[in-house]
Amino acid sequence: MCETCGCGESNSFSIRKPGETIENNPDHTHTHSHSHSHDGSEHTHNHSHSHTHDNNHERHHHLEDNDHAHHHHDYQHNHSHGTEIKVETDILQKNNLIAERNRGFFEAKNIFSLNLVSSPGSGKTSLLEKTIKDLKSDVSFYVIEGDQQTMNDANRIEATGAPVVQINTGNGCHLDAEMVNKAAKKLDVENNSVLFIENVGNLICPSLFDLGESKRIVIISVTEGEDKPIKYPTMFQSSDICIINKIDLLPYVDFNIEKAKEYALRINHNLQFFEVSVKTGEGMNDWYNWLKKHKC
Amino acid sequence: MHELSIAMNIVDIADEETKKANAKKVYEIELEIGTMSGVVLEALEFALQEAVKDSVLGNAKIKITEIQAKAKCLNCLNIFEIEDLYSPCPNCNEFKTEIISGKELIVKSLKVE
Ligand SMILES: Nc1nc2c(ncn2[C@@H]2O[C@H](COP(=O)(O)OP(=O)(O)OP(=O)(O)O)[C@@H](O)[C@H]2O)c(=O)[nH]1
Ligand SMILES: [Mg+2]
Ligand SMILES: [Zn+2]
Repeated sequence: MCETCGCGESNSFSIRKPGETIENNPDHTHTHSHSHSHDGSEHTHNHSHSHTHDNNHERHHHLEDNDHAHHHHDYQHNHSHGTEIKVETDILQKNNLIAERNRGFFEAKNIFSLNLVSSPGSGKTSLLEKTIKDLKSDVSFYVIEGDQQTMNDANRIEATGAPVVQINTGNGCHLDAEMVNKAAKKLDVENNSVLFIENVGNLICPSLFDLGESKRIVIISVTEGEDKPIKYPTMFQSSDICIINKIDLLPYVDFNIEKAKEYALRINHNLQFFEVSVKTGEGMNDWYNWLKKHKC
Repeated sequence: MHELSIAMNIVDIADEETKKANAKKVYEIELEIGTMSGVVLEALEFALQEAVKDSVLGNAKIKITEIQAKAKCLNCLNIFEIEDLYSPCPNCNEFKTEIISGKELIVKSLKVE
């Protein structure tokens, strides 16, 4: 829900730097394109459509009340001579176009942008904190944080000294290309840097939304099930890198790393893995070398 | 619930096309959704009920055609229908496969007046 006006619009979001309040933030964005009034008497939905999953079956929504089936019929009849428009448009076209614009912008400025996706709590922010602390003398880092609520993650990043903005998505369960476009402008990312984009902790929704990133990184921790990849296949399919975190906990949990990797590779045979512990630093050097190699 | 974003995009596309055609409203919209598109059909249908309210799609009949996902085996080039993203080629058991259809999320056509 939007903290400014309490409108509850699911596509309103805010972009803030640490210390900034929403009230004086010019980038607080609302897209009030759809009304969501709930007048119970207005629509009765008829859910009588079939759910058999044969190849080309059609599903129909009849938004008219059952009692008005007659009108429905008339309505159809009256308009059967209307115009048909061949649209053939990708439903995600708007996001994809902005994502491509972001990609062009990042490429032109030689910004290596990474979209980090995972379940809540797998260690995305911890990974960024440690990476920035360890490499900041060699690499200039910028961070876009995505969470439904709070400035917590942005404040943690700010403490490392890297410039950061926080996107709060409210009800939204993923970042989209438009949010990243606005956030990157607000951050004023300089040339030849690394831009980390920490997505909202969610293994499903962010998978469909290209942000214009150079690479997508999915993180799982060994406290999650090793079958995560096959439970959330779309995310693993759309990622380039898989970081397995919290390997310091392997002695205490039943997590079979080889099995997890095998599952992930079944879905995406191009995935590249890093096994790390952000806590102990084990395995971090491989990740750093990869980052430094791709950065230039 | 990314299905709500998807539903709102559908409404936006319908809105734009309807304006372009100088039409007032849509009485039928046809969508194509791949079985491996990452969109759950039931959730999309539910989200659409909300998203179409007070829009050009308010009274439109929504036709959804599911596109069966198919993959091609990179070993034996066999083409087969898939129900998930992690099963091997039924012909040679190879896991290295490539999706060739089933990722569609498309507004196919509108009938407007
Ligand atoms: N034992 C252990 N704990 C870790 C490691 N990395 C992170 N943690 C802990 O895991 C918890 C969650 O870490 P975060 O970095 O906040 O995770 P996140 O993915 O950013 O979480 P969200 O932003 O809420 O989705 C914290 O308590 C961390 O201290 C690790 O390598 N080993
Ligand atoms: Mg975090
Ligand atoms: Zn085969």
